Amino acid sequence: MADWIDACAPEDIEQEDVIRFDHDGRSYALYRSLEDEYFCTAGLCTHEEVHLADGLVMDYIIECPKHNGQFDIRTGEALRAPVCVDLQTYPVKQDGGRIWVQI
Amino acid sequence: MEKRDYSLLGEDAERAVQSGLAAAQWYHSDIPRPQMKALMKRSDQPALRDAVILFTAMILFAGMGIALWPTWWSLPFWLAYGVLYGSAMDARWHECGHGTAFRTAWMNDVIYQIACFCMIRNPISWRWSHARHHTDTIIIGRDPEILAMRPPAALMIAVNFFGVIDVWRGLARMMLNASGRLDPQEASYIPQSEQPKVIRVARVWLAIYAATIVLAVMLGSILPLMLIGLPRLYGAWHHVLTGILQHTGLAENVTDHRLNTRTVYMNPISRFIYLNMNYHVEHHMFPMVPYHRLPELHALIKDDLPPASPSMLAALREMWPVIRRQLRGEDVYLRRALPPTAQPYRDEFHRAALGQPAE
Repeated sequence: MADWIDACAPEDIEQEDVIRFDHDGRSYALYRSLEDEYFCTAGLCTHEEVHLADGLVMDYIIECPKHNGQFDIRTGEALRAPVCVDLQTYPVKQDGGRIWVQI
Repeated sequence: MEKRDYSLLGEDAERAVQSGLAAAQWYHSDIPRPQMKALMKRSDQPALRDAVILFTAMILFAGMGIALWPTWWSLPFWLAYGVLYGSAMDARWHECGHGTAFRTAWMNDVIYQIACFCMIRNPISWRWSHARHHTDTIIIGRDPEILAMRPPAALMIAVNFFGVIDVWRGLARMMLNASGRLDPQEASYIPQSEQPKVIRVARVWLAIYAATIVLAVMLGSILPLMLIGLPRLYGAWHHVLTGILQHTGLAENVTDHRLNTRTVYMNPISRFIYLNMNYHVEHHMFPMVPYHRLPELHALIKDDLPPASPSMLAALREMWPVIRRQLRGEDVYLRRALPPTAQPYRDEFHRAALGQPAE
């Protein structure tokens, strides 16, 4: 059974932005949309393992900083070459003034 | 000179993987996240403006060329049209391939497809080839886009100022792909799922070229080919000139773009044709930054970079003595000196470079 992990405070992420979150030796990317929705995906691009937290969030798209591959942050779907493999996504909830990720 | 194998399936390719040079961690200048986010921000407006200028100029120049055909008065208009077709499209291929020219994805895709056709570069193959160029910039056996290998094939580069080699290779690859096959080297960096698209595009292009040739035969004139195809030859010189300045003569097998890439100040017309790719160190370090923000990025990090070449002529003058020595068989390269304000210099990058620094 996956655990809910306390990841950060809501204000730690700016609107339409992403931060890196490490847990148990793995990297995750936490996103906040313009509508203050929160999402979490694997932290490394599926193309060449670059940290997505250095990338650019545009609406619901994260663009990898190395080769400009794009993913949908809601579903993890790979949208633009050179990425072909989808990102793993993780459930996120807001509770007690914190952002929790089910990992 | 130490023997080098630039093929992607050779000994150096294997060596690069084993030594950790392939897909390595590269140096990046420090930029605070808010500033980086602002620089990466996309906008349609600058690229729309530049596309309107480009296509309007192409229509005007081609129109004048046709109106004055077949007199010599048409020549300057064809030369201008050719540079926009055979050189400006190289920069559009590049920037739209990165997806950074426009904010709107379909706009990038439309210009990318047009530019790929003009440059005879398969849009699927070259997207993957360029991704590899960014992962393994000037790493021997890994980078498929090394323009001047050592020793430089000077005659081929000279001939290519008229697009001869590029067109020959582009057409040969198009014919191969249209026949349903891929070159083994391109197959090494294009995922299998993408390979049928390569073949589809090649077949569409073949049909367009065939129709253009049929029209030329029917009209008894090369005029249709002056518009489609031939400008890739007579207008290639500018993109070869600017392209050769990017990495030539600098270190190979280093993982710091400050050491293997050159930023060159250029005149505004060349910068329009080249879409500011004269800020090439900056582009390689941060490929997410759109072309129209590169001057700002340059201003922000220039104290962390080797000084930019003050002009194209200065860059050529710096490069030429090294090329001459390489042509004589000497294993030399230009060692880039970092300014005192630069981030701590990791000398192992240069020690790992092949050859000797030029005096």
